[in-house]
Amino acid sequence: MNTKKSDKDTKGKKGDVLIEMKDIVIDGYSDERWHEIVKGVDLKLHRGEIMGLIGESGAGKSTLGLAAMGFVKPGCRLTSGSIDFDGVDLMNAPESVKRQIWGSRIAYVAQSAAASFNPAHRLIDQTVESTVGHAGRGETEAKTDARELYASLQLPDPKNIGDRYPHQVSGGQLQRVMTAMAMSSRPDLIIFDEPTTALDVTTQVEVLVAMRNIVERFHTAAIYITHDLAVVAQMADFIKVLRYGEEVEEAKTRQMLTKPKMPYTKSLWSVRALEKPEVKGDDICVSIKGVDAAYGGTFKVLHDVNIDVPRGRTMAVVGESGSGKSTIARVITGLLPPMKGEVLFNGEPLPKALKDRSKDQLRRIQMIYQMADTAMNPRQTVAEIIGRPLEFYHDMTVKERKKRLIELMEMIELDESFLDRFPSELSGGQKQRICIARALAADPEVVICDEVTSALDQIVQEGILKLLLRLQKEFNITYLFITHDIAVVKAISDEIVVMFQGEVVEQGLKSEVLSPPHPDYTRLLLSSVPEMDPDWLTKISEARKN
Amino acid sequence: MTQKETYSATGEVGQVRMRRTIWQRMWIDLKNAPFSAWFGLCVVITYCLVALFAPLIAPYGEAQMFPSAYASWSGEHWLGTDQIGRDIYTRLIYGARNTVGIALATTFISFVIGVSFGLIAAINRRWLDQFLSRAVDVLMAIPGLIFTLMLLSIFGSTVWTLIVIIAVIDSTRVFRVTRAVSLNVVVMDYVEAAKLRGEGLGWIMRRELLPNILPPLVAEFGLRFCFVFLTIAALSFLGVGIQPPAADWGSMVRENASFIQYAPYDLTVAITPLLPAAAIALLTVGVNFIVDWFLHKTSGLRDEH
Repeated sequence: MNTKKSDKDTKGKKGDVLIEMKDIVIDGYSDERWHEIVKGVDLKLHRGEIMGLIGESGAGKSTLGLAAMGFVKPGCRLTSGSIDFDGVDLMNAPESVKRQIWGSRIAYVAQSAAASFNPAHRLIDQTVESTVGHAGRGETEAKTDARELYASLQLPDPKNIGDRYPHQVSGGQLQRVMTAMAMSSRPDLIIFDEPTTALDVTTQVEVLVAMRNIVERFHTAAIYITHDLAVVAQMADFIKVLRYGEEVEEAKTRQMLTKPKMPYTKSLWSVRALEKPEVKGDDICVSIKGVDAAYGGTFKVLHDVNIDVPRGRTMAVVGESGSGKSTIARVITGLLPPMKGEVLFNGEPLPKALKDRSKDQLRRIQMIYQMADTAMNPRQTVAEIIGRPLEFYHDMTVKERKKRLIELMEMIELDESFLDRFPSELSGGQKQRICIARALAADPEVVICDEVTSALDQIVQEGILKLLLRLQKEFNITYLFITHDIAVVKAISDEIVVMFQGEVVEQGLKSEVLSPPHPDYTRLLLSSVPEMDPDWLTKISEARKN
Repeated sequence: MTQKETYSATGEVGQVRMRRTIWQRMWIDLKNAPFSAWFGLCVVITYCLVALFAPLIAPYGEAQMFPSAYASWSGEHWLGTDQIGRDIYTRLIYGARNTVGIALATTFISFVIGVSFGLIAAINRRWLDQFLSRAVDVLMAIPGLIFTLMLLSIFGSTVWTLIVIIAVIDSTRVFRVTRAVSLNVVVMDYVEAAKLRGEGLGWIMRRELLPNILPPLVAEFGLRFCFVFLTIAALSFLGVGIQPPAADWGSMVRENASFIQYAPYDLTVAITPLLPAAAIALLTVGVNFIVDWFLHKTSGLRDEH
C-alpha cells in the first residue's frame, strides 16, 4: 500500500464490499472451559460506510469488532466462520500478513486514549509511527501530514501540539490525537471502540464532530462500537444490535430509531424516556453552609458552596470532571474536612473529620460509588459484603442477619443464590445493586450516589434508577446524586445544582434549572447532551460555528 | 410490558465460576503445573518429611559418638563419621530439622513484623509511614551479614537471639514489599467504604487489605525463606550460627571442609562436605521453582490458549 497514490487509486469504489464476516464464532476461556462469546454473527460493510455496533457489556461487541481485524484477545479463539477483508482471508492469514494490514489498512481507536499512549514519547512520533513503519513513508512527510490531520480534527495549535507528551494534553484532545494516529496511514477501515465513553459531554461533542468529519473526508469505512444509543445515532449509517453474542437486529439508523422491530431494541430505545415528576421538599436534611475545601491545604477545589438538600428528595449535582462534584461528597462524608463553613445534618452541625463522628452519625450517611468493581472487596462474598453493616451497626446475630440478608436481596431484585457469589461473578448492574444493598443495610437517611450509573449500559442504568426511585419512596431516603449525565438527572432528580470550577452556577428545582434562561455554562452543558435525533450533531456543530 | 420480557437484574450476564472445593481447585492447578513446579514440590515435601521424622529415619542419635573418627563410607556409617566420630548421615538428617525449622520460624516472625508495619504504613501515609520507612532505609543501608554478626557478638549466639536478629533484619524487606503492594489496594473504594463505615485499623488491615495482597506475600515468603536459610547456613559456616552439638548443614560444611583435599586419594571422602552444601542448594532451588510457578499463576501472566 503506497499512500502517495491519490485517494481514487487506493480506495476502490465507494459501495464495494470492504469486509465480509460470515458466521463468526468466538470462544473465550474461563473457569477451565471454553464458552461461546460470539455465536455465529454475520457482518458486512461497504467502503465509506459507518456501522454502529451496540449492545450491553458482555454482548460481544468489542470481541466482534476486534475480530474484524482478524484479531482476538488472549484467552479467546476464533473457532469458525470466515473473514474476507478486501480479498484477504483474515481467518487463515499468517501473522505476517495480518501485521502488514494492521495499522496500515485497518486501524483501531481504543476506549482509553490515556492508557493507549506511551507516556515517554511525543505525540507526533506516536502518530506517525505506524505509517513510517508500515507504509515506508518518509518521516518528514508523515509529520507534515499529521499536523494537517491535527488541524482538521480541530486540535488547538495543530503545528506544535504534536511536540507535547500525552500527559500534557486533555483527555478529549488525546482521543483526537489517537484518531489522527489511526487516520495517518489512510486506512480503509477504522474500528472505534467506545472512543468517547470516558469523556465529559461537553468534550464528547467536539470529538464526535471531529471524528465524523475526518471519516467522511477520506471515505473511510468504520465500525463504531458503543453502548450509547444517542452517540451511535449521530455517527452510523446503519446499526447492528447485539445481545448475548447474537445479532438481534440490523437496520439503517433512521429506520432503527423510528421503527425498531424487536422488543429488546424497543426497550433500549425507551430508556431515555424515564422521567420522575419533581416534588418540592421543605424539610431540610443536609445543609452545606459556605464550604471552602482544598486538597493538601493549597489546591482549592470548592469556593463558598451552599446547598440545601430536602429530606426524601433527590438533589442532583451536575458538572464536568474537575468541577468539584465529588469533593462535595468527600466533605459531607468527612473524608475531606472543609477549610471553612460547616455541614448541618438534621439541623445539627456534623463534626468535620471522619474520626470525630459517632457510629450512628456514620450510619445515617451512606455512599454508593461509581465503580462497583472497586467498591467491593474482591475476596469477600456478597453475604459478607452486605452482612458487615448489619453486624457492625445493628449488632445482629448470625440468624437475624441471615433473615435480613434475604430481605435485602429481595429489595434489590436479586435472589438468595447470589449471596455466596464473589463480586467477580456478578455483572456490572448486579454489582451496583449489591452496593446499594450494602448502603441500605445500614438503614441510612442520606445516600450519596457518586456517578453510580455512568459505568453501566443504558438498559442496566434504567433498572438501577428505577430501583433507587422505588427505594426512595419506600424508605423516604434522601439522595445526593452526583452525575454528569443530563438524561439521568431528568430521570431521578427533584432539584439540581450545577457546578463549574468549584462554584455553584445554578441551583433550584429541576423544571427551573432545565428551562431557559440559562447561565452560559448550563446552556453549554445542556446543549451538549446527545439526542436520539440523527441530525442533532450536524445541527449543533452548525449552531456552534455561528 | 416489554421491559419484563427483555430485562431483569438476575438475568444479566455474569461469569459464575463453578462451585469447587479447595481440594478440587488445588488438583486442577496441580494438573496444569509445569514439571519444575512438581519437582520443587517433591523436594520440599521430602525435606519436610525428613525433618519431621528425623529420629525414625536416622540410624543413630544426633550427637552420638563412635570411637572411629574420620571413618570413610561403609555399611556401618553410610557417609562415614566426622572429626569426633559422629555419623554424618544421621547428622545430615537431623540438620534438615534444625536448619529448616529455624529458618521457617525466623521467616514467620519476620513476616509478622514486616507485614504488620507495612500495612500500618500504607494505611497511615503520614508521619508514621515516613518514620517507619526511613527507619527501614537506615537498617537496610547496613550490610546484612555484617550487621547480623555484630548483633550476634553483642547478644551472644543462642538459637533465640539468632532467630530474632535475623527476623528483625529480614523484616525490613518484607515491610518494603508489603507497603508497596498495599498502596495499590489502600486507594480502592472498598477500603474507603470501610473507613466511612467506621471500621478500626485492625479490621481494615486484616479483612480488607491482607486477603488482597496475599499472593505476592506468599511468593515473597518462599523467597525470603531461602534467603534466611542461606543466611543461617552462612552464619553457621562462620561458627556463630546454630551451635554444636545440634547438627546443622552450615557448620557441617565447615567442620568437614578440609576433607576436600583428600580427593586424589578417596573421592567419597572428598564428596562428604559437599553433601550438606548440596542439601542447601537443592532446597533453595526447589522452593524457587514453586515460587516461580505460584507467581506465574497468580500474576495473571497466562499462557495464551
